[in-house]
Amino acid sequence: MRFSVRTLLLLSLLLLPGAAHAVQPNEVLKDPALEARARALSAQLRCLVCQNQSIDDSDAPLAKDLRLLVRERLVAGDSDQEVTRFLVARYGEFVLLRPPLSGNTLLLWLTPLLLLAAAAGGIGWRLAAARKVRAPPAPLTADEQRRLAGLLKEPPAEK
Amino acid sequence: MIVELGHFALVLAFLICLVQVILPAWGAQIGEARLMRVGEPAALLQLGLLIVAFGALTHAYIVSDFSVSNVWANSHSTKPLIYRISGVWGNHEGSMLLWVLILALFGAAVAAFGSNLPTTLRANVLSVQASIALAFLLFILLTSNPFTRLDPVPLDGRGLNPILQDPALAFHPPFLYAGYVGFSMAYSFAIAGLIEGRTDAAWARWVRPWTLAAWMCLTVGIAMGSWWAYYELGWGGWWFWDPVENASFMPWLAGTALLHSAVVMEKREALKVWTILLAILTFSLSLMGAFLVRSGVLSSVHAFAVDPQRGVFILGIMSVFIGGALTLYAWRAPSLRQGGLFAPISREGGLVLNNVLLTTATGTVLVGTLYPLALEAINGAKISVGPPYFNATFVPLMVPLLLALPFGPLLAWKRGDVYAALQRLMIAGLLAIGAAVVVFAFVERGPWLAPFAIALGVWVVAGAISELLFRARAGNAQGAEVLRRLGNLPRSVYGTAIAHAGVGIMVIGIAATSAWQSEKILTMRPGQTAQIAGYELTFKGVAPNDGPNYREIIGLMTVSRGGSLVTELAPSKRQYNAPPQATSEAGIYVALAGDLYAVLGDDAGDGAWAVRLYFNPLVRLIWIGAVIMFIGGAFSLSDRRLRVGAPSRRRPRRPAPTPAPAE
Repeated sequence: MRFSVRTLLLLSLLLLPGAAHAVQPNEVLKDPALEARARALSAQLRCLVCQNQSIDDSDAPLAKDLRLLVRERLVAGDSDQEVTRFLVARYGEFVLLRPPLSGNTLLLWLTPLLLLAAAAGGIGWRLAAARKVRAPPAPLTADEQRRLAGLLKEPPAEK
Repeated sequence: MIVELGHFALVLAFLICLVQVILPAWGAQIGEARLMRVGEPAALLQLGLLIVAFGALTHAYIVSDFSVSNVWANSHSTKPLIYRISGVWGNHEGSMLLWVLILALFGAAVAAFGSNLPTTLRANVLSVQASIALAFLLFILLTSNPFTRLDPVPLDGRGLNPILQDPALAFHPPFLYAGYVGFSMAYSFAIAGLIEGRTDAAWARWVRPWTLAAWMCLTVGIAMGSWWAYYELGWGGWWFWDPVENASFMPWLAGTALLHSAVVMEKREALKVWTILLAILTFSLSLMGAFLVRSGVLSSVHAFAVDPQRGVFILGIMSVFIGGALTLYAWRAPSLRQGGLFAPISREGGLVLNNVLLTTATGTVLVGTLYPLALEAINGAKISVGPPYFNATFVPLMVPLLLALPFGPLLAWKRGDVYAALQRLMIAGLLAIGAAVVVFAFVERGPWLAPFAIALGVWVVAGAISELLFRARAGNAQGAEVLRRLGNLPRSVYGTAIAHAGVGIMVIGIAATSAWQSEKILTMRPGQTAQIAGYELTFKGVAPNDGPNYREIIGLMTVSRGGSLVTELAPSKRQYNAPPQATSEAGIYVALAGDLYAVLGDDAGDGAWAVRLYFNPLVRLIWIGAVIMFIGGAFSLSDRRLRVGAPSRRRPRRPAPTPAPAE
């Protein structure tokens, strides 16, 4: 989808020529469980010098450094949360591809709910308006009843 | 000379456009038929002139005329012919020229086939359409002229980015633009309808096929881009929630909603006010996509500053067309008469649900894409909104949509019976549950949600087939009779069922490849064998090769299964000469169960190479699903009742104030 040439050029500048395809064989950890955790974590972390890539996808040297760092922390016995916290402390929340819920991101996370609520409100309003249109006319007042009775009793004017 | 001719044609097209904006709309205002009739020849002439301009630029590319700055910057004499041609739109200036050409094409279509439209509506539509073209022609002439000459003439060009030199990407932009720009038709009709203060079934009858055509092009365009990203970027992924991808996805989502609400408007004259708004929003999102991509505002704030003139210009165009349209909408929409009441459980109700979920998804993608920009502008906080956010918000919105989808076509207009629909979907439901059970029982690893996702896809496909069988009243007839009845169903019914089945097939592909992709990253020496997804893959070493404008190193691999040779793969690393850049070509073996995908990495010394292997189960279904959706659209479009320009039984009412044309 990256159809903009500008984007592509930028992208290609950032992907160093010659370097290839993200995670290298020599980065992979021996313990498959630990490696799986490292991969899952990497997919959630942004390559800070790239456009919109996770460090798992990126070929940039910084991404490689971060991948190694993540693995280093995991080998040292950190939990997933501890690794994330460590990276946020170092690089800020910008590094997280999934922004955590906070004052800054409340609106972001509430967007789908707010839109659904707005749609429900709009539909409810339309339904109420439609019902009002279809509502039967108000019953006759006592005065009108009397007039109606009078009209019905009245003999036809001619004949 | 030819280049100057093209330049001249472009300027002339701008002037014709100016005439086309003013005269027909003025004529419609004062009820002067002669002024209104200026619109048609103007639209056709505009198209002719833009074809000349586009042809001139294409000629300059084909003959590699490096005296043209644009050709020099984006082409090279050693480039194969097809990429010299696709290079025309593989850059900013040329792609903008393609944009106005397609815009003119749609305008000319109204002029050529719109004889059955009310005269004032046609005049206003042509004026609005021309005003969009006018803005973009001015943009091209002032900031992005593709015909600027160079002196002295360089010996050779700088070449096209090699990752763009690819068959899928060569035709990706034209399809995408046909989609983006095609929605301008809905926009022009919406504005014209608001100006006249009147929209009816005849309006929707016109808007729907054109929206459908645009939607089909956009579907294919996006699928092509996704397919390209899959095999060219070498990550084995097919969608990245990249801002640039989102820019094309948002108009698609809104356009899908528009297609469905236009059905309600055409058949039941309901949802008028909403459909008009959606038509405006869909094209607004297309414009915004153009702005986001063209200005570079999303890639980085600095890219915007590099080229402030263009960015600000498109921002201006956007403000005028979106702001103007919404103002007109706020002013005129209350005067549109609402028609067609319906119960919540009805075909209309189903389509409203479709619209609610699709527009919420569009809004969520929009907010997610722009939120980091807005937040940084407001308080300087830098955050990232990446794929995890979009997956977490988009998927929960799509699940109810897919669950409800098979019900929609089975509900009656005005008041539907959900239990009757459920009965008709009994078999589809059982098939879906069966699929979940089978997947759960026989596929070992993978997330626990995956079987349900597969079941959802099966449910949608089986639901689409159930609808056809129900319409053919297959329950109370024998084989041949059922076939006869199926043959008699209108094509638009097939269109709906096919497109919906395409959605289901795509869902199955997405679910399977997301849940069960397997991956191996390893260093291989010649003769070494690796196992993946039941295949044995043997690395034979590497060999150099020369292409027309690149050199490459090919990794040779043989693939066997159970001891017998299946295929050979040859992933390669390419080094292009102009511009000097490295790319990699994946080696892909396509089997029924999925793709075996191999990428050659770096030289690890001693004849060993880094290799990445993937098995992507059923990944093809994603693009096959998109193609099926396209075919569904084509079926619907070919229905005589909808066909563009086909004589309609219901004659469109002519507005009273229009005087009969003086012959």
